[in-house]
Amino acid sequence: MSGWEHGTSWLGESGSDCDVVLSSRVRLARNLAGVPFVGKASDPDRNEVVGIVRRSHLFTEGNDGLTWLEMEGLSDRERMMLVERHLISHQFADATFPRGVALSPDERLSVMINEEDHLRMQSLAPGLALRDAFERVSDIRDEFESTIDFAFSARWGFLTACPTNVGCGIRFSVMLHLPGLKMTEELGRVRQAAKDLHLAVRGCHGEGSESSGDLFQISNQITLGNSEEELLDKFRDDVVPLLMKYERASRRLILDKRRTMLEDKVHRALATLGSARILGLNEGTRLLSMLRLGTCLELVEKPGLPTIHRLLLQLQPGHLSAAMGVGLEDSDEDARIVRAELVRRTIEQAG
Amino acid sequence: MEHKCDLCDKPAQVHEVLIKNGHKHEIHLCPECASAQGYGGAAGQLPEKIAQKMPATANPVERKASACENCGMTHAAFRRHGILGCPGCYQAFEKQLEPLISRAQGGATHHCGHVPDRHSGHLDRQLQRSRLLKQLNEAIATEQYERAAKIRDSIHGLSGPLLGEQD
Repeated sequence: MSGWEHGTSWLGESGSDCDVVLSSRVRLARNLAGVPFVGKASDPDRNEVVGIVRRSHLFTEGNDGLTWLEMEGLSDRERMMLVERHLISHQFADATFPRGVALSPDERLSVMINEEDHLRMQSLAPGLALRDAFERVSDIRDEFESTIDFAFSARWGFLTACPTNVGCGIRFSVMLHLPGLKMTEELGRVRQAAKDLHLAVRGCHGEGSESSGDLFQISNQITLGNSEEELLDKFRDDVVPLLMKYERASRRLILDKRRTMLEDKVHRALATLGSARILGLNEGTRLLSMLRLGTCLELVEKPGLPTIHRLLLQLQPGHLSAAMGVGLEDSDEDARIVRAELVRRTIEQAG
Repeated sequence: MEHKCDLCDKPAQVHEVLIKNGHKHEIHLCPECASAQGYGGAAGQLPEKIAQKMPATANPVERKASACENCGMTHAAFRRHGILGCPGCYQAFEKQLEPLISRAQGGATHHCGHVPDRHSGHLDRQLQRSRLLKQLNEAIATEQYERAAKIRDSIHGLSGPLLGEQD
């Protein structure tokens, strides 16, 4: 074990436009030429894919090399922590065949091997930083391409297990905090607009996950007929600013029309987080979302965005279990008690 | 004349003759290898893999396209799960995939993005290599080293480096 589980995730950091954008991600899907896709592959095929990818010098050179984690060697808790840090998907955590993930020391880069596609490389960054994330993932793409033949056709581009990812095999996504649109009941219209713009709207842990804490992952669905640069420009310069504009306008509207109601909600959230003795995951996330909104609107100063971001991660079952030695089930009362204790102590220290 | 299994030298009991581009190809397999290659089927039924290749259907073109020759994925299975079996499925199901991809991609039908510096070139060559690699693994598994060496030579005969090999 590399010690990744003791590290501090960058998820606590804040970046550009962090009032609305928590993080940016760019993901590339690739498959090895001449090998069946993961779903159809045999275990020897899947092991061969792992072997070929791991021979890349990215795994061996210098301190910036990637650390390899064999999924079958990890506990349920460790897999859950990787999901909570957005380094692997739920489906990947739950699969039962040979697979693994490579992580950069700063955890901003991860490469899942044998997810739906042989390789899913992703680069993450706090705030709105799609260009940085794209450049970083492009660098490792080039490194892999120097030693591995990827399945490619002149017409369809990079061939992926799901034909809707074909072409560039790229997804740009942002994690947005949209409490204003939720409170003004505009989310339905945003979802419809997103659909018209060929965007996917998902919960905070990607495909199949529910939204919690008013967090939504928005990503492009078009991957064919445009270059990576064109897709990046459209997403970064047209789509994300539009969504940020809507959310900020909603927040201003609430401040103008119902300021006292909003202040009441924010201060109640802070008071509950600072004094609760039992705290469920959903309640904790909902209250932190309200506190985050209040912080961005300067209705409250403490505990500040970095602490709120850290808490949003620390109160998740895997991280809570690792820090406090409790079970992974949220129905476990011990977990709810120590979650309340952790949040209370953190807010107290920050105040 | 009794044929031996193409893969293990046991007596062959499953025989398939394919006529492709005017050339005749014969496949002879023992029951074990036939089953491993997807030629299994209940008694009295045509083995699925052979049935898929039978020309006696109303629309032979559609019938031929109903399964990927490379991985055996059927179009029906793809429709159920939405996931393809291998890169070769893009060729096998091209006609069916065209409208589906175009719809999902806002009308786009051709790749305009990054092209890898070293890719295998034509998809046909990738598939040919994939089939040879499969045969190579089978020959090694059944200790047919002479046959394995020939297949290896054929793979090296294809231009470009072998999958995963360094330049």
